[in-house]
Amino acid sequence: MIKTDILIIGAGPTGLFAVFEAGLLKLKCHLIDALPQAGGQCSEIYPKKPIYDIPGFPEVLAGELVDNLMEQIKPFQPGFTLGERAETIKKLDDGSFLVTTNKGTEHNAPIVAIAGGLGSFEPRKPLLENISKFEDNGVAYMIKDPEVYRNKKVVIAGGGDSALDWSIFLANIASQVTLVHRRNEFRGALDSVEKVQELKNQGKINLITPAEIISLNGDDTLESVLVRKISNANEEILLEVDDFIPLFGLSPKLGPIGDWGLEIEKNAIKVNTFDYQTNIPGIFAIGDVNTYPGKLKLILCGFHEATLMCQSAFQIIFPDKKYVMKYTTVGGVSGFDGSTKEAPKAVVKAIE
Amino acid sequence: MTDIKIKITDRDGVLHEIDAPTDMNMNLMEVVRSYELAPEGTIGICGGMAMCASCQCYVVSDHELPEMGDDEEAMLSEAFNVKDNSRLGCQLHITEDMDGLEVELAPEEV
Ligand SMILES: Cc1cc2nc3c(=O)[nH]c(=O)nc-3n(C[C@H](O)[C@H](O)[C@H](O)COP(=O)(O)OP(=O)(O)OC[C@H]3O[C@@H](n4cnc5c(N)ncnc54)[C@H](O)[C@@H]3O)c2cc1C
Ligand code: FES
Repeated sequence: MIKTDILIIGAGPTGLFAVFEAGLLKLKCHLIDALPQAGGQCSEIYPKKPIYDIPGFPEVLAGELVDNLMEQIKPFQPGFTLGERAETIKKLDDGSFLVTTNKGTEHNAPIVAIAGGLGSFEPRKPLLENISKFEDNGVAYMIKDPEVYRNKKVVIAGGGDSALDWSIFLANIASQVTLVHRRNEFRGALDSVEKVQELKNQGKINLITPAEIISLNGDDTLESVLVRKISNANEEILLEVDDFIPLFGLSPKLGPIGDWGLEIEKNAIKVNTFDYQTNIPGIFAIGDVNTYPGKLKLILCGFHEATLMCQSAFQIIFPDKKYVMKYTTVGGVSGFDGSTKEAPKAVVKAIE
Repeated sequence: MTDIKIKITDRDGVLHEIDAPTDMNMNLMEVVRSYELAPEGTIGICGGMAMCASCQCYVVSDHELPEMGDDEEAMLSEAFNVKDNSRLGCQLHITEDMDGLEVELAPEEV
């Protein structure tokens, strides 16, 4: 069981900055995120786009902002449970919370801060009749361990960066890689498109475009997929396969958090504006996931909410201690790793 | 003229006749959001960058609309529930030529 002071659900910009603010108060944090990497929407939807409204940064790429946040919180050594979705919450007799993920990982903390943004990112599943039957039996929407595909016949569908990148990667692992896309054009990085072209010319990737998968066949496990060429002839090709990997991007869903007994309004969690606590004491909601009169879904607002939330979390954990807010310029930053940062003191020299 | 009339059928099949401003640099997805015709978090997820298809709609009237750009075409080629009259609401900027436009919101992808 993972134990911490503040358990943060969601490793988007809000959750990440909460680690820093908690660290200043000597509180340890652990983050859970359904995505395999930190950064939330910034990393998943628009890592290469510039943001212009972060104070002090006239322009910063979303991915760069996340890298900077990770660097800033490094001294506070947060723990991460990535690629797992927080599924259930239970209040224990000692008043703390037990949060379990879809993979069964258990986390325990006196404070839970939900920084879940628009929700956990779930794969967009193609509308194929029996696709759920083959999930984990030949159909996967994300690649976690490429070794699973060694010497297998794999079909990938999609036309974006993930479809291109994984086709390239698996070309050297799988016995056969087929990439199916509805158009001849791909919307990925130019060098990935060129690499796929090269691998196709070498016979290492079987490219079928414009085409779509129209059915999946097999008894218990996937055995073949039917591909239809999108052309006048509508030619159909039956491909024997071991694995089908549709990569059509991810879409956020509020998901299980919606069933935790929290007051929900318009797909967001209602909080007060004093400390962003929900209707359940000890559970806070910060960033895009919350709602209150005047709410704005901006990174800047998430940072502010995270800061106020930590003050209350401190008072709940240490009801008898009084904390006085200190400026980092004055108090510096002392990491849990023993590192310290503080403004250099001016040297006072006697003048004779 | 600063407002035009648009008919939007929401995902529950309810028809809304609304006034959309032409002088606020809005697109159809933003109009749908401002009138709250679809629940928060189910439309405009990518903020209007033609990257999510949550704003897909079917154009029912025979208005001449601006041609699709590459991004819109690429996104619709990967979206689900796509029909011949599908467009991405976020790529349709509200102009006076759209007066009387009739659209239907495509189902939410689940
Ligand atoms: C295209 C686009 C452009 C934008 N541009 C700007 C801009 O210029 N300026 C600005 O300020 N804002 C901008 N935003 C908004 C900004 O990205 C959000 O306000 C910000 O990401 C919110 O951060 P967050 O940490 O609250 O949530 P998110 O970034 O959404 O992160 C939430 C994380 O929680 C995880 N999660 C949710 N539920 C669970 C669960 N049950 N278990 C595990 N993990 C879970 C999700 O996987 C996700 O990683 C933009 C958004 C988009 C989409
Ligand atoms: S809002 Fe995402 S594609 Fe239109």
